Amino acid sequence: MYRSHVLVCGGTGCTSSGSQKIMEKLKEELAKQGLTDEVAVVQTGCHGLCALGPIMIVYPDAAFYSMVKEEDIPEIVSEHLLKGRVVKRLLYQETVTPAGVKALIDTDFYKKQHRIALRNCGIINPESIEEYIGTGGYEALGKVLTEMTPDDVIQTLMDSGLRGRGGGGFPTGLKWKLAKQNDADQKYVCCNADEGDPGAFMDRSILEGDPHAVLEAMAIAGYAIGASQGYIYVRAEYPIAVERLKIAIKQAREMELLGKDIFGTGFDFDIDLRLGAGAFVCGEETALMTSIEGNRGEPKPRPPYPAQKGLFGKPTILNNVETYANIPQIILNGPEWFASMGTEKSKGTKVFALGGKIHNTGLVEIPMGTTLREVIEEIGGGIPNGKKFKAAQTGGPSGGCIPAEHFDIPIDYDNLISIGSMMGSGGLIVMDETDCMVDIAKFFLEFTVEESCGKCTPCRVGTKRMLEILTKITKGQATMEDLDKLEELCYYVKENSACGLGQTAPNPVLSTLRYFRDEYEAHIKEKRCPAGVCKALLSYHIDPDKCRGCTLCARNCPNNAISGTVRNPHVIDQDKCIKCGACMEKCKFGAIYKQ
Amino acid sequence: MACKQKTVPFSGTKEQEAELKNAIAQLKDTKGCLMPIMQKAQEIYGYLPIEVQTMISDETGIPLEKIYGVSTFYSQFALQPKGKYQISVCLGTACYVKGSGDIFKKLEDLLGITNGECTPDGRFSLDSCRCVGACGLAPVMMINDEVYGRLTPDQIPAILAKYQ
Repeated sequence: MYRSHVLVCGGTGCTSSGSQKIMEKLKEELAKQGLTDEVAVVQTGCHGLCALGPIMIVYPDAAFYSMVKEEDIPEIVSEHLLKGRVVKRLLYQETVTPAGVKALIDTDFYKKQHRIALRNCGIINPESIEEYIGTGGYEALGKVLTEMTPDDVIQTLMDSGLRGRGGGGFPTGLKWKLAKQNDADQKYVCCNADEGDPGAFMDRSILEGDPHAVLEAMAIAGYAIGASQGYIYVRAEYPIAVERLKIAIKQAREMELLGKDIFGTGFDFDIDLRLGAGAFVCGEETALMTSIEGNRGEPKPRPPYPAQKGLFGKPTILNNVETYANIPQIILNGPEWFASMGTEKSKGTKVFALGGKIHNTGLVEIPMGTTLREVIEEIGGGIPNGKKFKAAQTGGPSGGCIPAEHFDIPIDYDNLISIGSMMGSGGLIVMDETDCMVDIAKFFLEFTVEESCGKCTPCRVGTKRMLEILTKITKGQATMEDLDKLEELCYYVKENSACGLGQTAPNPVLSTLRYFRDEYEAHIKEKRCPAGVCKALLSYHIDPDKCRGCTLCARNCPNNAISGTVRNPHVIDQDKCIKCGACMEKCKFGAIYKQ
Repeated sequence: MACKQKTVPFSGTKEQEAELKNAIAQLKDTKGCLMPIMQKAQEIYGYLPIEVQTMISDETGIPLEKIYGVSTFYSQFALQPKGKYQISVCLGTACYVKGSGDIFKKLEDLLGITNGECTPDGRFSLDSCRCVGACGLAPVMMINDEVYGRLTPDQIPAILAKYQ
């Protein structure tokens, strides 16, 4: 028995900010004070507040230390763990009130969250199957195998209203039903952990923080559709997740929760890992299966759907990590419980990765139907540096930008589509007034051009032409006819591409055109970038009233474009200026501005 | 993916070859074994030159053109050796809006190479990547396994100096 537990976050975010060193230092200090037998150090998954990493929580006090540094550890050990005095100075300041220390769940970041998929993340040690079982793990699998028929399982999922969390939002129960109906000697259960949407990292956090939940759900899926083999296709860019999955699979096999005759019921199910190799298109279901088969990850036309003819030509279901993570809880708590959360057509919760120009970057799980305003202003803590909100980007390269006018729309699958974006896997990137919407659209098109597999012409050539027009616009060389052409091309690519990648590739352009057309027009008609991002359209100037003639800018200009004498206002030669911005960075008097 | 060292002679050892053959023997009977074998081969050699692809083809009976097709499809398979220090700058959305484009530009200027290239002395190679998942620390770059977060362009020279 330990009298105290110290939980140190070992997710990728905190590991990147040095949590491994914190843990070593902590163990060293505990040993010095002779506390090794009294205080346990536990490495957990992600707590969500990645911006404040490395994170450390001390129980039973639930004291939440944020941005912990190695040099803080001796004080925390000697004061808090030895003498029982919480080091308030080092706590997450939101939890510190005049009345004492406030519980984490009462802070703005956590109070509107409802954690189902992230239930165990940050709570248990993901490398210990005992801790997972201790929180009710594998109970759902036991219940399914001993008390339910495959049809009961499928009905439960259908009643719960669970829809795919990977982006499409297809009803999970229906997907399973279709796969069950097809008879075959072999069927497969696949897990899509190829989280390629830049800015989304919830699947990684689940795999790092609660890998057994995914294994358990896949076994349940195997029972429901009649499959004995599962594959997890995981990004090779996620080394920690891969490692924890390997450990989890090994432990589950040792406890006979995977393998032959699970729970003595005669049900066999095993799981293998397959590593991706950096191709975004492999997040598309048919491309993913082609890749597992050992081929170039090109998508195949549907039908036949994977439920009829998928991996190795056999009926297959593919679900996303977050979808799976919900399933054991639905089995245990019942479909009504799950369906009681969310909106009419989108049940349960959704995990979002908050990023970009927002205070609390990190991972949040909110009930469907929460408004964008609540997510950004309350949970996310608003926009830093006093800047104004411009747009929230959801759905990654397949999604769109949502402007301030839709701040109060409840977030669910259908609402996001109706305003020209989509749920996607749940990346939510906040942009402020200094972000140029044309530049953002161009950024996403660059991504799609690079990641287009090249199999079908609309996507391979169409996206490239779109990028060319966008580049012309950002350089101030486009005409209004180009803009019409761009829009026409968007609809053409959308309607004619073979797979989801191409069909959704124009969305970032279409949504920014819909809400920020004036910005496009400013680039074209006035040759001006209102946000001050597009370099070709900017010019740097010196305000003669503010310039003291210190010559610092002239000395730092790489192209000798600035002239002037000491103590007299300087001037920038626009023909020579290469718009590097070095002068503006160096000026101590704020005399240089761009327009 | 042009690399400035265009004609690096292949310098695989007997030990590496034995290790690869051993790995192939273990993997080749599993379904869809090609990618796991290629990943293992890249782990052993650091990249997948045509010599290594030929060995895989000889051992597995999979046609060389298929192996070449797979190795050029996925961005993680490298046909040219990487630098001793592999720099990858995250150009995912969260990092991009926080200015990782400027970080990348700074590295290009300082190293004199662009995306997918390595310096003539083989010390640094530069790649862009899409999201390492450390969005809370944006903008982020990695040098081998070390993650550098909350970067500004003026920090870059000092960081590179650590690897000189």
